[in-house]
Amino acid sequence: MAHAIEEAGPARPLTMADGTPLKVALARATRRSKIRAFLLVAPLLLFILITFIFPIVDMLMRSIDNPEVNDAIPLTVAELEKWDGEGMPPDAVFAAFIKEMGDRGEGQRRNVGRMGARLNYEDGGFRSLINKSQRAAAKIEEDPMQFALVGFDKGWEDKKTWPTLDELAETPEFAEVLPETAALLRKWETGNSPFAEKTPKPETYPTILSELEKAKADGSLARLLPLVQAENRKLATTLEKTAASAGDIRDNPLRYALVGVDKDWGEQKTWKIIKQVSSPVTFSYYLNAVDRTYDIDGNIVMQPEWKQIYVQLFMKTIYVSLGVTLACLILAYPISYLLATLPPSKGNLLLILVLLPFWTSLLVRTTSWIVLLQTQGVINDTLVFLGIISDDNRIEMIYNMTGTIIAMTHILLPFMVLPMYSVMKTISPSYMRAARSLGANPLIAFVRVYMPQTVPGIGAGSILVFILAIGYYITPALVGGQDGQLISNFIAYHMQKSLNWGLAAALGTILLGGVLIMYWLYDRLVGIDNMKLG
Amino acid sequence: MNHLLKSAGVAALAFATLGYAGTSSAAETLTIVSWGGAYTKSQVEAYHKPWIEKTGDTINSEDYNGGLAEIRAQVEAGNVTWNLVDVELSDAVRGCDEGILEVLPTEDLPAGDDGTPAAEDFIAGTVHECAVGTIVWSTVYAYDTTKFKDGPTTIADFFDLEKFPGKRGMRKAPKANLEFALMADGVPSGEVYDVLATPEGVERAFKKLDTIKNDTIWWEAGAQPPQLLADGEVVMTTAYNGRLFNAIANEKKPFEIVWDGQVWDIDLWVIPKGAPKMEQSWEFIKFSTDTQRLADQAKWISYGPVRKSSFDKVLPDMQPHMPTAPANFKNPLQNDFEFWADYGDELNERFNAWLAS
Repeated sequence: MAHAIEEAGPARPLTMADGTPLKVALARATRRSKIRAFLLVAPLLLFILITFIFPIVDMLMRSIDNPEVNDAIPLTVAELEKWDGEGMPPDAVFAAFIKEMGDRGEGQRRNVGRMGARLNYEDGGFRSLINKSQRAAAKIEEDPMQFALVGFDKGWEDKKTWPTLDELAETPEFAEVLPETAALLRKWETGNSPFAEKTPKPETYPTILSELEKAKADGSLARLLPLVQAENRKLATTLEKTAASAGDIRDNPLRYALVGVDKDWGEQKTWKIIKQVSSPVTFSYYLNAVDRTYDIDGNIVMQPEWKQIYVQLFMKTIYVSLGVTLACLILAYPISYLLATLPPSKGNLLLILVLLPFWTSLLVRTTSWIVLLQTQGVINDTLVFLGIISDDNRIEMIYNMTGTIIAMTHILLPFMVLPMYSVMKTISPSYMRAARSLGANPLIAFVRVYMPQTVPGIGAGSILVFILAIGYYITPALVGGQDGQLISNFIAYHMQKSLNWGLAAALGTILLGGVLIMYWLYDRLVGIDNMKLG
Repeated sequence: MNHLLKSAGVAALAFATLGYAGTSSAAETLTIVSWGGAYTKSQVEAYHKPWIEKTGDTINSEDYNGGLAEIRAQVEAGNVTWNLVDVELSDAVRGCDEGILEVLPTEDLPAGDDGTPAAEDFIAGTVHECAVGTIVWSTVYAYDTTKFKDGPTTIADFFDLEKFPGKRGMRKAPKANLEFALMADGVPSGEVYDVLATPEGVERAFKKLDTIKNDTIWWEAGAQPPQLLADGEVVMTTAYNGRLFNAIANEKKPFEIVWDGQVWDIDLWVIPKGAPKMEQSWEFIKFSTDTQRLADQAKWISYGPVRKSSFDKVLPDMQPHMPTAPANFKNPLQNDFEFWADYGDELNERFNAWLAS
């Protein structure tokens, strides 16, 4: 960097040979060098932005993004907005819902499928409810009354109901009380012919409803009911109930029809959940990630006992990572010291041995530990052979927490050794000699002179090991037994198997936040500037 | 107007495809994704090689770990590189619902060699709107014959620690385990999912699992259970039947499979939405699911063909090892994909809470 020294005194500004003022020329030169420096960094910056930062931001956005319900049923959502949450939603909601669900366009089908998956996160069983309703919606639009009767009273779904009515239709009383229904039932093809129809003609349903209403009003129904009762008691009750509410069914066929598809549509809770999940942004993934959820009135409550796993998993992941970090530290310190103080010829050979695990695959290392540690494994066999333990008291060292800590410590040890070794390499032995000559005994000299100088290496190694450990899941899954589920296992499960990317993103964000907080704490306590990787 | 344009576009597209179908197709490269190991090998031998011989195509065989994550990511990014994927039924149904799989013209599937129309030749439920089945596989349990004089024979025996002491191996997931638990507790296979759909039923299944929880080693990957059995870490373990067959037939291990209460499932071909070379991929599906190809596959692995006409063509010495062999298919339970699609996540959370408690 060139520094221009402006002398006070001469009024004429300094100029270059070509007459441009020196200041301008200098600014131009520094700008040029800045641009050059930036251009040198640009490819890497761009690479990191495109392959690392953008995808992470995109993934994190998914933890609050909540478009599914709005994409699939916008009209229904708009109608639900007007509902105050008391009683059942107004009819307009049902009408809009059936209309939107009945749209068989490909894009709509996909949206509804995604909505089903999204609602299923809130309440198990929603997926099949939505799928079932989607299949039925088109039929409901064509012929709501058939579903409405079933929705009003399950008796209409009974296998015997229509055949019984079909037989009765031959009687004069039936033909007199419900004339048009009788006529329609006569047209119904039953029996075993290839033209047989499973259910009566579609127009039978609205017809019987309106005739029942009329017969109830003019009292003629009372003449018919004993006749039905003699054949089928339950059916008589169904007819009587239907006649009493016929007006209501006729005015709200869609509501009854949807309840006919599944009784869940008659529950207020179902609609409340849909209303809740219809906002374009949600925090429910985050709540879920800390074992909480919204109840149907929108209050934040704890998940039921049997679903509370994530907080526990976060804690366990942190404990395991801390344990592994500590174990690595205890093992790596003497090794690094030895490597750093030996003459290079021997030191390098030992360093290669430390690095060996890097050259074997992770799975091979993990399964080797299984062979060594299992109850019928090498270590137990040796101990039994030497008579140290009896055959019935073999030690359980794998498929539990012990195995997880041992295997992870072994795998992560090099990450602790390398930064410590490179820091210790730079510590001059003359400091220790000076401390000794000033009267410190070896222990005091080590603790007060040598160790403080290794802190940057300890910090670097610990942070590296801890952050790597927090993301481990293959090893714990293989050797951890029933304790072998860490938070990363669940992030992977939600990414790959359940496809609940929102929850995976929320769990990942919390994990990232936790690591950043620890990083900040480390900075406050030790200082990042002191961290050295060599 | 918009509508008009659309129909014009559709018409143009139809002409284009007609034109395309009219010309003989040049050799293509298909990327076919499956589960790896012995299973992919069986597909390479039975499907890929004859297909390459027939068409001159090149086939890239890739491995994956199941699930829809990659397919969904590719479809969402609008950059589909996989032409065909071998998936489990529950994933096929879900992918279809979420619109990330192509709807297939399954009415064009060829009839069986004996002339049976495809609709009747495929086992019921193995052809789906977006997927065509290939194999039937099972989760069963096997025991070490050196450990018992009279070995276990029923699914209830698996949970009987008094009669058959020793450690058990089970998959670290609720799927199939809950079904086994209920069947062992006396629920007939036909009613398992009705019971499991109630909170009491789930309680009951976990209670049954509680009885062997402390004597169980949980496995994660399909290769683990035969290894656990071989190492003597467990005396019996649940496993996928193909892996057990491999250990028994090729590695001569002293294991015996117990088929009672087997939970069977199928694998199917799907095509990710918007994948290139759709025509050729569909041709490949039709080819690989014909009678002969499915029967050939059973030479390489003990998974049952989904076509009834293929079964008689399977080598006689392989037939008894098939999940669908009459002697083995006495008390089977088909994995209910609808049930697991609805309650899989909840039960998985519950299962893990139970494991940690």
